[in-house]
Parts: sequence; C-alpha cells; structure tokens
Amino acid sequence: MKINVKDVAKLANLPLSPLEEEKFEKQLSDILSYVEKLNEVDTADVKETSQVTGLKNISRDDSTSSSLSQDETLANTKNKPNGLFKVKAVFEE
Amino acid sequence: MKLNELTIAQALEGLKKKQFSSVELTKACIAQIKKHNREINAFITVCEEGALEQAKKTDNLASKGDAFRGKIPLLGIPIALKDLFSTKGIKTTAGSKVLENYMPPYDATVVEKLKAAGAVIIGKTNLDAWGHGSSGENSDFGPTKNPWNKAYVPGGSSSGSAAAVATDMCLGATGTDTGGSIRTPASFCNVVGLKPTYGRVSRYGIIAMASSLDSIGHLTKTVEDAALLLNVTAGNDSHDATTPIKEVTDYTKKIKDGIKGIKIGLPKEYNVKAKIDSSDIKIFQDLGAEIIDISLPHTEYAVACYYIIQPAEVSSNLARYDGIRYGSERQNFGEEAKRRIMLGTYTLSAGYYDAYYKKAMQVRTLIREDFIKAYKKVDVILAPVSPTAPWQLGTKADDPLKMYLSDIYTVTANLAGIPSLAVPCGFSKEGLPIGMQILGPQFSEETLFKIGYFYQETTGWHKQKPVMRVKKENG
Repeated sequence: MKINVKDVAKLANLPLSPLEEEKFEKQLSDILSYVEKLNEVDTADVKETSQVTGLKNISRDDSTSSSLSQDETLANTKNKPNGLFKVKAVFEE
Repeated sequence: MKLNELTIAQALEGLKKKQFSSVELTKACIAQIKKHNREINAFITVCEEGALEQAKKTDNLASKGDAFRGKIPLLGIPIALKDLFSTKGIKTTAGSKVLENYMPPYDATVVEKLKAAGAVIIGKTNLDAWGHGSSGENSDFGPTKNPWNKAYVPGGSSSGSAAAVATDMCLGATGTDTGGSIRTPASFCNVVGLKPTYGRVSRYGIIAMASSLDSIGHLTKTVEDAALLLNVTAGNDSHDATTPIKEVTDYTKKIKDGIKGIKIGLPKEYNVKAKIDSSDIKIFQDLGAEIIDISLPHTEYAVACYYIIQPAEVSSNLARYDGIRYGSERQNFGEEAKRRIMLGTYTLSAGYYDAYYKKAMQVRTLIREDFIKAYKKVDVILAPVSPTAPWQLGTKADDPLKMYLSDIYTVTANLAGIPSLAVPCGFSKEGLPIGMQILGPQFSEETLFKIGYFYQETTGWHKQKPVMRVKKENG
C-alpha cells in the first residue's frame, strides 16, 4: 500500500474509525496510483502555476474599519467563559 | 404561465409594468418549493418569512418610481443561494453536519451585492458537502434528486441550485465551480450554468473549497438571465485580493449581436464530434461562425493534476474546522471530505510534496498554456460538459476514482482560470438532459453570452421542463 493511513490521519488531526482506515487505505492507494500518471509528463524546465490571475503584491490602505463585535464573534461557540474562546491546554503545568 | 415559471428578464418586465408584485412572485416560488421539495430535496433551508418580508420591502421601493430601478437591477427577484454562501442570520451548512447549526455573523460579498440589487433571498440550496462531488450524493442532508427522473443524479456539487431552477422553485440560483460544480448540474437538469473567469466574482464569505480554483457563478433559465446576474456579482472586492480592478461591462448589451466571423475550436482530445450532435455544429456554421479543429495535448493529465491540487487546497482550507470557534468536531466530516483531507495531507507532507504537489503545479502550467495557444487560433472552444448523461443514484458512490473521472471535461477550465458557459443541448435516449460548454479566454464572458444566447434561441432546448407530479400522501 502506498499510504500509511494512520500516520496521515494523525497529521490531519482527523479521527478515523478502523473501518474507515481500511476503506481509505485501498481507495487512496488507487487514487494515488492514478495520479502518478503525471510522471509521464516531462516538466524539467516548466514553472509552477500556483495562481492564474497574474496579479502581484495586492495591498490596501493601512486603515482601520469596523469589524465583528465580541458577541458576534462568539455567537457560534458553546464554550465562552468570560467572553473568550475556551481551548484545550497547550502546555502542561 | 405561473409567476414562478418566468425568467428573471420576464419577471423584471412584469414587475416594472405592475402586472404583479414581488410578494406575489415570491409566494409563487414558495408554493412550488412546498409542493416539490420533499421529493427533490433541493433546499436545506427555506426562508419563507424573511423572503416575504424582503419582497414587501422591494414592493415599497418599487412604488417610488422607475428612476429608482436603474440602481436596483434585480428589484423583487427571488434568488436561491447555494448553502456555501454566508448569509447573516440564515443558517449556512455547506451541506455538512460539521456546520449543521452554523449561523454566519456576516454576508458574503456576493450576497451583499445581490441584496443591494433588490434580490429576494428565498432559501439555501443543497449540495455535495463542502462542494465535494459531481453527483449531489455527498450531501450530509441527503441527495438531491434529478427532477427529470428521480432515480438519477442531478449532478453536483451545486445540485440543489440546478434542481431548484429547473423546477421553477426560484428564478435563479448561485453556485460555485471548482472543477465543474456549476456546469455539470446545469447540464444534468437542463438549465444554463456560468462559471466565470477566476477572480471575476469575489470569493469573500463563500466557504472555501480549493482557493486557487474556486469560481463563483450561477444557474439560470436562460443565457440572458446569466448575464443579468453577472452584471450584479462581478467586480473588484477589497476583501478578495484575486479580484482585479477591471471594468464590469453590461453583459447584456451585445448579447444579440450575432456570431458572424467568430472562430469556434473543437479540441480533438474532447471527443467533441462523438459527444455533440453534428447538426449543432452546423447551426454555428450556418450563422457565419468558422469551425476549426484544434488540439489541447495535455487534456489526458487534467484529472490527475486536478485531484492533486484540489485535495491539497481542501485539506488546508478544512484545517480551520476545529470545533472550537464554530462548527462541531472533526469526526463529523462526511466520508468524501475525510478522503480529500487525507489525500491532500499526504501529497503535501514532507517527502511527497515535490513528487505530487509541485509536479501537479507544473502540469497545470502546461494545461494552461494549451489553452493560451489555442486561443491564438480561435475565439472560443466548444466541448461537452460530462462524458456521460446523468447516471443512476448510487452507481458511482462506492468508487471515488470513477466519480472523479467524470470531471474530465470540466476541470481544465478551473486549472486554466478561464470562463465557461454551459447550455442545454438535448436529451439522452433515456430522456435525461445533456449540456455543452463554450469556453473562452480569461474575461471573455461577453463573447460566451453572445454565442450561448444565439444557440439557445435557435434550438430552444432550454424551454423544455421536467414534468412534476405530486405523490398523494396516505394514498
């Protein structure tokens, strides 16, 4: 198999069931085998295209404008002690 | 004719002449939704109360006189929005359980523009969750059914928008097209679908799928209506740095100018002559267009290129859903979203980036150059939208690669960033709609509308409507 599903799921922070792990291993390996078709193309001196607009260094005036209120920003979260988002601890005590 | 069956252009005329009000028009659409949505599953949310309130407001504005109308080009027109478009105070799910209860605190730029233009937001349409799919079956809220035959898929991912327009539940609907998600459902449901040039319409506030490919467009009953909507949605937005400061012309102005002297290319790799009726090609020739055989040599690599770049960008865009600020936990992603997150994470991971992602970005350059070279010889390219007619629900659902391969004729426009207009061009032997697309160079929408309009007026395919029957309950 081409892909270590458990490792990739960990990188993606994506909980998978054992059934999904098994299914994805096969399906993703098939897809990866297909996309390797690109190896047939000679791209030795070809530049990469990451965007198609041709626009460069788009900036705007460094000025302030209105933004969402604290209440609006917190409206979609259940856990909001003291008007803040609650996240899991990053550092151990 | 019922009011909900009108085109946008017809309804604007009727509203102007005071033949009916926006409230009556909106009520007719809501009645149609109530009658058929249960079997078609085109809408996730119907905004009955809000829409009627908005319609009443537009009727009041309309009473202020015609001078007002010029500034409010869609005054009183009921429009549906794909449920990826953020709507302030209206639930926006992206078709996913992750955002089942998400209530955006702001409107997407396009929604703001439509509202400012007087449009009435009638509801939010069903879709393959996050835009991931070609059939409409990947919605976490159940698949949309093809109104022409409910055993068949309506095409995706803008499945609900296509079915809603085809069944006259609204006058027009918005969509997004990352690899064919407007053009495929438009073709499968016999409506017109526009995928504009990348950057022509702002992506701000529209839930992102693959940011270098996402194009914001719409599905309508006619080509003229597609032009009317683009007049409102197109243009620079300081919230989206990929929208150039480029004038938005009145896209309806030259729509009836004819196609004499236009050069139409048929790419040999797209199998055009097998997929599109020779009489259709003759229609163009008869009115003075020149048909030229061309080649887009890297076509066979397009699906592979697309299914590296797109999942890579998907995995990055969906990384923001952490269940903390909004939405629920990551295990609530549906199967297709999980598959794409996995695929993208893998191809972007250390040691694999060069072999997959970098390679795909290089092949993207070659695909783009194919089009640039072709447009030195021709004005537009004619191509099928889908390699097959609509398929039966469930037949490709367990084989993702097979589903991906159905995007072969649509992903190229997204990789190259060019516009494409899908128009109805007939029916399969099973009686299901087929569409073709007209692809032009970047910012050539005006030309596409001209050709599409002429084809539509000559053939009249778009006028055919699915026969809708209501099953009796308890019967």
